[in-house]
Amino acid sequence: MKFVLKKAASLIATLAVVSVLVFLSFEFIPGDPATSLLGTQATPEKVEALREEMGLNRPVAVRYLEWSVGLLKGDMGTSYSYHIPVKEMVGDKVPITAALTLLSFCFTILIALPLGIYSAKHAGGKFDAAIGFVNQIMMAVPPFFAGILLTFLFGLVLHMFTPGGFISYDVNVGAFFAYLIFPAIAIALPKSAMTAKLLRSSILEQAGMDYARTAYSRGNSTSSVLWNHLLKNAMIPVITFLGMALADMIAGSIIIEQVFGIPGLGRILLTSIANRDYPVVSAIIMILAIAVNLINTVVDVVYHMIDPRIKQNG
Amino acid sequence: MKQFFKQNHKTDNSIRQMLRKRKSPMLITGIVMTSIVLLFVLIGLIVTPYDSEAMDATSKLAGVSWKHLMGCDNFGRDILSRVMKGSATTLFIAMGTVLIGIAFGIVIGAIAGYFGGLADEVLMRMNDAALAFPSILLALVLISLFGTGRYNIILALGIAFVPSFARIVRSEFIKQREMDYIRQAELIGVHPFRIMFVHMLPNSARVLVSSLLIGFNNAVLAEAGLSFLGIGVQPPDASLGRMLSEAQAYLFSRPGYALCVGGTLIFIVLGFSFLGEGISEDAKG
Repeated sequence: MKFVLKKAASLIATLAVVSVLVFLSFEFIPGDPATSLLGTQATPEKVEALREEMGLNRPVAVRYLEWSVGLLKGDMGTSYSYHIPVKEMVGDKVPITAALTLLSFCFTILIALPLGIYSAKHAGGKFDAAIGFVNQIMMAVPPFFAGILLTFLFGLVLHMFTPGGFISYDVNVGAFFAYLIFPAIAIALPKSAMTAKLLRSSILEQAGMDYARTAYSRGNSTSSVLWNHLLKNAMIPVITFLGMALADMIAGSIIIEQVFGIPGLGRILLTSIANRDYPVVSAIIMILAIAVNLINTVVDVVYHMIDPRIKQNG
Repeated sequence: MKQFFKQNHKTDNSIRQMLRKRKSPMLITGIVMTSIVLLFVLIGLIVTPYDSEAMDATSKLAGVSWKHLMGCDNFGRDILSRVMKGSATTLFIAMGTVLIGIAFGIVIGAIAGYFGGLADEVLMRMNDAALAFPSILLALVLISLFGTGRYNIILALGIAFVPSFARIVRSEFIKQREMDYIRQAELIGVHPFRIMFVHMLPNSARVLVSSLLIGFNNAVLAEAGLSFLGIGVQPPDASLGRMLSEAQAYLFSRPGYALCVGGTLIFIVLGFSFLGEGISEDAKG
């Protein structure tokens, strides 16, 4: 319990630091938002009036406090380009990106665990070698290229889905998830290759330990030692890796959304970066930062619960 | 004492020993593939079959032929020539990224790892805050601040890569700090910076080389990803990621376009990852 509280405190501290950095970096960016909104033709009086209206003339500290308090209340400011609350633009996109990330995570586990366990059990065999070889290639395939290949094979040749035919979750939940399957596989492939490889070597490392030999010598079968003794210990590094992978998948989904034409957070982030719409950019970055750090904290806590021996600093 | 150092140096001189030993098949494959990539890029810097920018209206989206080994893109530009130029751009950016990442990573990691204490605490806290972001997201934020273009990409990716390198260097230096040869050097009063960069750094070479190659691959993939999103290298500069996003539009009529470009990207990454794995495998046994 003490550990959980400590972790929660460090989560809040990290997010506070991140929020200051995000706010300040968009503060010191060259170019005045009011001028860029009105264009170069604007008179100085007009620019001044808009600056006053946008609240740009007040001290930085006051505006940071307002911004962060607003963020906590769920008010993320107003978009420069569309003049609507950022919350309206971003709110209904969060479930899309979250669903894509979670689906990718499920696929990663579904693909990686059986492969890793199988190739560890049959280490040195033909299938192990074949899996190792395919894994090595999978790790080199960037997710967006995997996405293009999947689009070509399953979308254009086999007609199993319509590329670009995204259906929103509020229209048809089933079709929404059906469309996300291939994007999720594209994200999951390289990650599951890495996870399977890590799991294999982790199991083999455990198999070389004394307790494993003792278990064998007491007459347990290979499978029994593997499932009852080795796997629990072998999963510890894998869980850490999966936590990092989940955080990575959030970032990866930004690119994959672009490949498959999914209107999630990634797409607004990119258009907002292009439009220099900083309230939207900073809001999305804060959402992603909160998600990533929350995951890391949960992983740390789970890790601690599985193996209380591990002393972690921080 | 001098002899002690000399001997120690000889047995620990990892790279020279590594080259003398029998090499693993993985290392050899890696060396061969990487050499092919480097040769391909170097030739591309001197001469390409066609001008990579020249548009030819008559051969728009032309298929694979002896005239155009990889066909032509939607502007009638020779894809092979563009892949050669694009690979060069990608490798250049990846190299710049890794150089920035490793230079700052070594300085930060070395100070944190060797001195420990307050310096370590402060540097690693900052490092952890940066590592809390996936590097591609960090790069995305930095690009939205700096703007696009090849040098801004190098800067953004380089900064995003510093924390992971700093972490590796730090843990390596903490391990070495306790070793006898460093204790000896401290006893005879060698300056800390000399110990860090003349004694410890060369002995960390083996670990650094393989993490350098992993970092290089990540940089190649990150650059391709950013350019694919259109916020990386800007036209008319050719880049593999950008070409892939163009190729996606002609996926049905000319799947070869995307396959050639993507295949090249995979070949580059695979070569360097074999090289990295081969080196760390060789180091183990």
